[in-house]
Amino acid sequence: MSGDALLQIKDFSVAFRQSERETLAVDRISFDVKKGETLAVVGESGSGKSVTGLSVLRLLPPSAHHPSGEILFQGRDLLKLTEREMRGVRGNDITMVFQEPMTSLNPLHTIGQQIVEVLEVHRGMSGNAARERVIELLTEVGIPEPAERLGSYPHQLSGGQRQRVMIALALANEPDLFIADEPTTALDVTVQAQILKLLKELQGRLGMAMLFITHDLNIVRKIADRVCVMKQGKIVEQGSVEEIFKNPQHPYTKALLAAEPRMQPAPSQPDAPTMISTEELKVWYPIKRGLFKRTIGHIKAVDGITLKIRRGETLGVVGESGSGKTTLGLALLRLISSEGPIVFLGKPLQGLKFKAMRPFRRDMQIVFQDPYGSLSPRMSITDIVSEGLRVHQPQLSAEERDRRAAEALKDVGLDPATRHRYPHEFSGGQRQRIAVARAMVLEPSFVVLDEPTSALDMLVQSQIVDLLRDLQKKRELTYLFISHDLRVVAALASHVMVMKDGKIVEQGPAEKLFKSPESDYTRALFAAAFSLEAEHAAKA
Amino acid sequence: MNEITQTPVLEQHKENVETKRERLSPINRRRWENFKRHRRGYWSLWIFAILFAISLCAELVANNKPFLVSYEGKWYYPIVEFYPETTFGGDFETETNYRDPEVQRLIKEKGGYMLWPLIRFHYSTINYDVPTPAPSKPTWMYSEAECKPAVEKKRGATSCADLDQNWLGTDTAARDVTARMIYGFRISVIFGLTLTIFSSIIGIAAGAVQGYFGGWVDLAFQRFIEIWTSIPTLYVLLIVAAVLPQGFFVLLGILLLFSWTSLVGVVRAEFLRTRNFEYVQAARALGVSNTVLMYRHILPNAMVATLTFMPFILSGSVMTLTALDYLGYGLPPGSPSLGELLNQGRNNLQAPWLGITGFFTVAVLLTLLIFIGEAIRDAFDPRKTFS
Repeated sequence: MSGDALLQIKDFSVAFRQSERETLAVDRISFDVKKGETLAVVGESGSGKSVTGLSVLRLLPPSAHHPSGEILFQGRDLLKLTEREMRGVRGNDITMVFQEPMTSLNPLHTIGQQIVEVLEVHRGMSGNAARERVIELLTEVGIPEPAERLGSYPHQLSGGQRQRVMIALALANEPDLFIADEPTTALDVTVQAQILKLLKELQGRLGMAMLFITHDLNIVRKIADRVCVMKQGKIVEQGSVEEIFKNPQHPYTKALLAAEPRMQPAPSQPDAPTMISTEELKVWYPIKRGLFKRTIGHIKAVDGITLKIRRGETLGVVGESGSGKTTLGLALLRLISSEGPIVFLGKPLQGLKFKAMRPFRRDMQIVFQDPYGSLSPRMSITDIVSEGLRVHQPQLSAEERDRRAAEALKDVGLDPATRHRYPHEFSGGQRQRIAVARAMVLEPSFVVLDEPTSALDMLVQSQIVDLLRDLQKKRELTYLFISHDLRVVAALASHVMVMKDGKIVEQGPAEKLFKSPESDYTRALFAAAFSLEAEHAAKA
Repeated sequence: MNEITQTPVLEQHKENVETKRERLSPINRRRWENFKRHRRGYWSLWIFAILFAISLCAELVANNKPFLVSYEGKWYYPIVEFYPETTFGGDFETETNYRDPEVQRLIKEKGGYMLWPLIRFHYSTINYDVPTPAPSKPTWMYSEAECKPAVEKKRGATSCADLDQNWLGTDTAARDVTARMIYGFRISVIFGLTLTIFSSIIGIAAGAVQGYFGGWVDLAFQRFIEIWTSIPTLYVLLIVAAVLPQGFFVLLGILLLFSWTSLVGVVRAEFLRTRNFEYVQAARALGVSNTVLMYRHILPNAMVATLTFMPFILSGSVMTLTALDYLGYGLPPGSPSLGELLNQGRNNLQAPWLGITGFFTVAVLLTLLIFIGEAIRDAFDPRKTFS
């Protein structure tokens, strides 16, 4: 190991104790971070990468302990420091930024107060000096009008701005090592790109080392100097970014690199009958004020969308969060009330009562984004999957229902023998398969897929995309595919619709749209998602 | 942190074990384990279960009829069946009074015998053989001299030990306190359980409807509950007691009118929270009707809060009944009740066995219920699982 290593982790393990059972989360890993470099730790969820990051700052819960290894920071073993000494390290020498900017800031304090607090604790700064430093920091992380923003509360900032404030907090004391635990995962693509650029700039200017934890290989390519690939608590491969991307050795790294979803969108079907169409569909939420709740305006979540999907096609709906794409999906299935005609297989749906809608529900289904939230924790998966049969084919016997559920699970690539288990026993990808099985068991013809892959790891994402494509081919399904991830949309959609603030910015056949986007917004969106790969390809 | 507990995606498929439907879901099994680890609550549950089981067969423990009579080579079961006195050679067509020395003599003469319960008094049996006027102290506390009048009165008795034992003395009407305590315990627990179950059913249903539909339904119902709970229960009870005959079910009904509101808040909050979850949306997208959605999808998630509250509602119900009995507005006169016992204790401070027995029974019962409740609360606490 060279002498300029800032952080050295040697033969380091973490185990969790859970009622007499020991789970090894990190298994004898060794790596080092040199001054001024960026080391990325990549792996899917559960690989132990976040645990590694947290244990550098000794922030793990008390049920964790370290059977072996040491963490040397500037030659001192962090594991042997007292809690008091450790507090001097945290926030001063080593700082950390977490994934979720919503919950990382205290909602009851202004951002000014929160940054000043760090300065007070570690530097004894206060009053005007602290204030000036805070303004300087906020300017550095690119918050406009920092002096006015000091009095803002976290909820008054956007997600990207909150993450910038978090970064300002972490940089306040000019740390030597900066740990970023998936800092951009919760953000929109365009914001993601901005934050990454900011981090890279700051690192160059301040000369700090960065330990970057992520599951997204694209980000690694954009930001890191060296990479550690982790799998099940072990580092399976490490090396420089160039080496690993060009010449991966370990089969897992190869699989990870090949995990880009295959571009094989469903063909356009110009002659097929129309599956579902809308005309000037609107979802407006009234804003009410005053004593008599007068309506003074509307929040236009979906504002005049006209669309038409033909049988066997996939319409990809893209846009940033808050653009109304999920609302559109829910409105199409009439899960929320909307205005404007919806015609499904030639029959108007608008205005039908819940009971009258029921026969249609068999043909239209939805798969949600979050596989953790969309399965009831108290039902076994056979119950979850067969719920639809219970409603639409009540004449089936319990055995028959169970058999159909088992079949549906087999179709989505799950072992039917596991059907009596409960959702928490399955991984994210498996849960998403269960959610797909629930939608497919009724053999619908139209399925709304609301970001079905965005909560999943890369490897699993491409598996789910393949599964969806196979199912579409086999059953002639029609999809409305909602996503902010353009790569996944490109892999599935035959038509694409770009949404912003509830309106259509641009729509058309996928090929044409991806090749020559017309509006600036679409171009910006595409740039954020694809540009750095293009850059990289040019370099290679 | 929850990343750690996940099993890797690709690997898990390979194990091809047929998992059977378990009787208890894993999460419930873990809760049961946690409950068992809460020693105090676990033991309280056992003690309570045993006491309740004993009190449920109170007829076999304390009764004025024997289990079994052997008479002229035949078996009789007085506890379950009605036998007129003529069966045993007596004069009357009415039910045999097995405590009557005359009947006992008749049976004995024919070589028959009787197998008695541990306590030879029913809660309503008046003991005419008490040495001193009621309330009389426990029999074992009498000296031979004090016993004398009663021993002389009772045929075949020679000392205090031959008298029927009133282990905890008698109350003001010369009824055995032990028997009344056992029956009183039973009626208190049964009343409490029934009240809890019914008020939970109504409360959960009301809370579910309010939370699920929200909006105007919720607003109107909440205001109604606020007005409803401001009606003073005791006054209504006094008025109703003047009109309707006193009785178990009348009392239950009246208390139910006011006690169902206790769970509404909790259940409503859970439903409000859960109704927007994605799995509820998903079920709605399947066309599942509102009732089924509430019952199958949301209710199981709201049950944790409900079950946590239940032991405390149960002890509250027991306390209410005791209080009402104490004031004399509870169960009809003559029924065995802990409140009435306490009231007698207050009126007869010279007879401390009344007050002490009443106090300890109520105290033990409530303490056990609170301990069990605490253990259940801890067992359902998700944060406790990693300790």
